[in-house]
Amino acid sequence: MKHTLSVLVENKPGVLMRITSMFARRGFNIDSLAVGPTERHDVSCVTIRVDCASSPLEQIEKQMHKLVNVLRVAELVPGESIERELVLMKVSAPPAKRAELMALGEVFGARVVDLGPDSIIFELTGPPEDVDSFEELVRPHGLQELVRTGRIGLGRAHRPNRNRPRQHVLA
Amino acid sequence: MRMNGADAILRSLEAEGVDVAFGLPGGAILPLYDAFARGTTVRHVLARHEQGAGHMAQGYARASGRVGVAIATSGPGATNLVTPIADAWMDSTPLVCITGQVRSNLIGSDAFQECDITGITIPIVKHSWLVQDVEELPHVLKAAFHVARTGRCGPVLVDVPRDIQEAEFDFSYPDTVSLPGWKPPRRGHERQILAAAHAIAAAERPILYVGGGVLNADATEELLVLAETARLPVVTTLMAKGGFPETHELHAGWPGMHGPKWSNWALNKADLIVAVGARFDDRVTGKVSAFAPGATVVHLDIDAAEISKIRHADIPVVGPLKPVLAEIGRILTDARRPGATEPWLRQIAEWRDTYPLRYRREGDLLKPQFVLETLQALTADRDDVVFTTGVGQHQMWAMQYLRCDVPRSFITSGGLGTMGYGIPAAVGAKAARPDATVVCVDGDGCFQMTQQELATSVLEDLPIVVVIVNNGYLGMVRQWQDMFFEERFSQIRLTHTVPDYAALARAYGGEGFTVESEDDLEAALVEALACGRTAVVDARVDPREHCFPMIPAGAAALDLVEFEEVVAKVGA
Repeated sequence: MKHTLSVLVENKPGVLMRITSMFARRGFNIDSLAVGPTERHDVSCVTIRVDCASSPLEQIEKQMHKLVNVLRVAELVPGESIERELVLMKVSAPPAKRAELMALGEVFGARVVDLGPDSIIFELTGPPEDVDSFEELVRPHGLQELVRTGRIGLGRAHRPNRNRPRQHVLA
Repeated sequence: MRMNGADAILRSLEAEGVDVAFGLPGGAILPLYDAFARGTTVRHVLARHEQGAGHMAQGYARASGRVGVAIATSGPGATNLVTPIADAWMDSTPLVCITGQVRSNLIGSDAFQECDITGITIPIVKHSWLVQDVEELPHVLKAAFHVARTGRCGPVLVDVPRDIQEAEFDFSYPDTVSLPGWKPPRRGHERQILAAAHAIAAAERPILYVGGGVLNADATEELLVLAETARLPVVTTLMAKGGFPETHELHAGWPGMHGPKWSNWALNKADLIVAVGARFDDRVTGKVSAFAPGATVVHLDIDAAEISKIRHADIPVVGPLKPVLAEIGRILTDARRPGATEPWLRQIAEWRDTYPLRYRREGDLLKPQFVLETLQALTADRDDVVFTTGVGQHQMWAMQYLRCDVPRSFITSGGLGTMGYGIPAAVGAKAARPDATVVCVDGDGCFQMTQQELATSVLEDLPIVVVIVNNGYLGMVRQWQDMFFEERFSQIRLTHTVPDYAALARAYGGEGFTVESEDDLEAALVEALACGRTAVVDARVDPREHCFPMIPAGAAALDLVEFEEVVAKVGA
């Protein structure tokens, strides 16, 4: 079972290492990891995708709470949150194939950000599942290179306590 | 006040009430040692190895309940602290380690004696700081002490580049500390406490399973009141030894791998386990799926991450143990059912009488258990004795045969199992408790890992008594090779005689005694305990003796192996 955790941390040196070290030490694999600034200059957000059952997830959340630089840990629950991911992919595109590929991109709302004699670079931002689908559709055409940012997310706007989707309660 | 970073470190330690620090100087920490030379109220104890300094700080912390301070230089000095830091992490010992670092402009250049000690220690500290601006230094030290001793206690590390120690600034020590992400629980949840109390009141066969947390929480009084109020039996783990009086009728011994059968039965056959600052360590539970199968679990702990980590907690209470235990005790004063636990207590007493610890005195060979029994007899009725141990068979015999009735009188390496812990921990304990007689029960293997700290003991006027249970082998390894590797003994023979421990003790300026028979033992121990100097008693014991009972690793606690079963097997 995969889960997405949104972790607010103090913007200080070494914070990411403390978090990833804890994952490694406890034997949990990180599927994807995205780190960036938030609305506060002194706070960063780490979005972590992990593959584990729910009881280890609770353990991970509690262990993260113990890190001095970690301010908040919340799970982004599907349906109660918005998740997005950005992908760049370079696809083989001889002139004869170009039109077909671009039509495919259009269906997903992917943008063509670069065009060469034999290849196209697509950019797609969307729910990670859409990115997966687009990747699968494009792959048979000759996927040369691909990079994904890893997902980021926010609790839904209409939730009453929108900053805290299913936050782990300490006591 | 205008001063440099090094002086600011000492003024900060003074402001924190630190009276002793343990360390060893070197290049990158020279400015701090120059500050020591300028004067401070902090006594510096010069260790012979940074690992020794770290364990001394641990021994000091465990004997006093205060934060231990260890100081080392960069590079190898800092890496030598890694073992004590890992040990303090596993056993929740409050420890502030201050390390020198190469100058800021050299960091990352592979400079002489540079190593990334904050990086190396990340998995084994509560938090660490690499100080990058001298102005931060007082705040960092304030935070370091705060983090080390609040919540679940543990080690922190402050790495100070040499140029930061030399930089001048206006020092003032902050009154408060700003750590927005550090919020240890301040009280237990009321409804959970009530639920815990009701579960205890309703149980037929309840038991308090007490861990080292009760000592860190300074909650031994509250524990005693709770146990007596509700008439609850108490098992104490290795880390909690002394946290509940061991001569008390409610004390039900010590659970785990080498705990007596009756203690393990009491814990495993209970219908309600109240875990108090304990973490269901594998050395206590044996095979987890077979551990106390019929028990409901109440888990009281300051660390939320321990709840349901190993064993599901039916009623968790996260909070400081002192008020939590006091509140449960108060509720039970009204809710208790007089006499409800008496049949259960009688059952445990019956097991105790049926399955005592046993060994066989035979021939001329001194038995290790006899050494511990004699030491116990000579120190019974004294509340001014602090024991430390190394790790191995001697440690388990010490757990089985010594009776500790007062808190902080048994200091040992539990979670990490650090051989060599005993001697430096004893020196640190002596620094914390100059009034006490500090006795290190050591093994011959452990002794040789940290024996150099005998020099510290002698020259710093911190006398300790070391009793070596010398079986000439890495005894616990021998026991496992004998029992689980078909007697294929491999790389364990140390010999009884090399080195000559008594002569070595004298070479360090202490007293040395060699004991080879039961007849000589008592006199040597009496003299060593009374001499007031650093003394080593080399008790040469039967190398074939194993430590029983034993729960084989991975086996169910109820399937523990008893002494007489082994005798039967060998006899047949």
